Amino acid sequence: MNSFMSIVQIALAAVLIQNFVLARFLGLCPFFGVSKKLSSATGMGMAVVFVMTIASMFTWVVERYILVPFDIRYLEIIVFILIIASLVQLLELIMRKFTPSLYESLGIYLPLISTNCALFAVVIINTGTNQFTGRPFTFIESTINGTASGIGFLIALVLMAGIREKLELADVPKTLDGLPIAFISAGLMALAFLGFSGLSFFAASGGQ
Amino acid sequence: MEILIPILVLGLVGLFFGLGLGIASKKLHVFVDPKISRIQETLPGANCGACGFPGCGGFAKAAAEGKAAANACTPGGEKIAHAVADIMGVSASVSDPLMAVVHCKGGQKEALERSIYDGIKDCHAAILIGNGSKVCLDGCLGLGSCVKACLFDALSVNENDVAVVNPEKCSGCGKCVTACPRNIISIIPQVHKIFLACSNHDKGAKIKKYCSVGCTACTLCIKATPSGTITIEKNLPVLDYSKDENFITANAKCPSKCFVDLVKARPRANIDTKCVGCGECVKLCPIAGTIKGEQDKRHVIDKDKCIGCGICLNACSKRAIALWGGLGYESVENNSRLRNT
Repeated sequence: MNSFMSIVQIALAAVLIQNFVLARFLGLCPFFGVSKKLSSATGMGMAVVFVMTIASMFTWVVERYILVPFDIRYLEIIVFILIIASLVQLLELIMRKFTPSLYESLGIYLPLISTNCALFAVVIINTGTNQFTGRPFTFIESTINGTASGIGFLIALVLMAGIREKLELADVPKTLDGLPIAFISAGLMALAFLGFSGLSFFAASGGQ
Repeated sequence: MEILIPILVLGLVGLFFGLGLGIASKKLHVFVDPKISRIQETLPGANCGACGFPGCGGFAKAAAEGKAAANACTPGGEKIAHAVADIMGVSASVSDPLMAVVHCKGGQKEALERSIYDGIKDCHAAILIGNGSKVCLDGCLGLGSCVKACLFDALSVNENDVAVVNPEKCSGCGKCVTACPRNIISIIPQVHKIFLACSNHDKGAKIKKYCSVGCTACTLCIKATPSGTITIEKNLPVLDYSKDENFITANAKCPSKCFVDLVKARPRANIDTKCVGCGECVKLCPIAGTIKGEQDKRHVIDKDKCIGCGICLNACSKRAIALWGGLGYESVENNSRLRNT
């Protein structure tokens, strides 16, 4: 039960309370770059969910069974870069062979993600302690954390794309047209997401 | 000694993934027709869809499989049609390059408005609310739905609130034709520089009340075009671009000035000393009083009245008439001679 609660907490925290884009301000480059159209935003978001989940799984294993026993945790960033880059390559190869339609729809976004800072953040967070249990992340917890963070990113991206598609038709003052108004809307969205920090009673009940 | 462990670990992890990727790329190799990527490289990459396939990638795939004609890429024109045909080892027949034209020139100055539209800057939205703000129900709304649709930056809304096409940038893909809710954009061959800038099918007397450049279907353009390439359909002249006709006289004779000539200055006719004064050209000239002169003496042409139609060239048995000058397109931006001065 306790582990189930911690999984729910992790998922809720990653999706809403500590949303990667709107609360942690990570992965802002694709957030503005790929949020012009709803269709491409969904594609990018799905690819991020996919890669974050798999990267969380692999890096957790490498961290726990290679880096910690040899006491070389200071190498984690460079090792994770290596793992994530080759993982994305491998995923691309596999998808191209077995699911060409999925490969076509994710397209260019898959290789783009391999250098996404949100992705690195999630695997680094997974190496730390779980704020709800006070213990290091377990394998399942880190996988859930990866998936939920990806979903949070997807939600932020899709919401932003919806707003920007509407903004296209709005009568925006010329000085603010384009990216400036997108920045302002992103700021307002981040303010709105701040409201989710009220959900922290969850953390209080489970954390003790 | 301590440095050996990280080097070994990192090296082994790298080796492991490198080998894994190497094996995977061999095992999971997918054969892709090299023609597809070669064709795709030659394409403009605008993904406009004028070929009827989903984007340039779709066309490249279809062309490599022989399902698409080599000349299907309208924006690519002659050059790319030949390049694709070369890759496929076939020959391509190339049609004339095309361009879009907006059949309306009634802006703020000319066309009467019946309401003030202050909503979303989009033609489709404006149509939904009371069918636009102009009295004319076939006039350009000037809100730029076609500008947004254009992938080649060829359309713009001018200071008179009417959409205009830049023929130098237009590829004739036809995106704007479908984007226009008024259906007043059409595709014509680029060699033609004159088109009718009115789409209103109302009767002349009615149009005069709300647009000063609206076509009244007076049929003067038909009378001025002896080749019979203009016909009237539903109170609007239809120009047949498939025939050999430049429509210069039709443009000059139109009392409402509803034609648009993309050429800024047409060349003017000039009569040289070979003229014997037979007077044949005077009979054929569509603009009365342009050619003056006494019988059996050298005639002269009034350069201000001449429209440069070239009809007199064939009339002269002595080959004494030639066309001089000319400046090209109407816009200064596209005219190198004007730009340099």
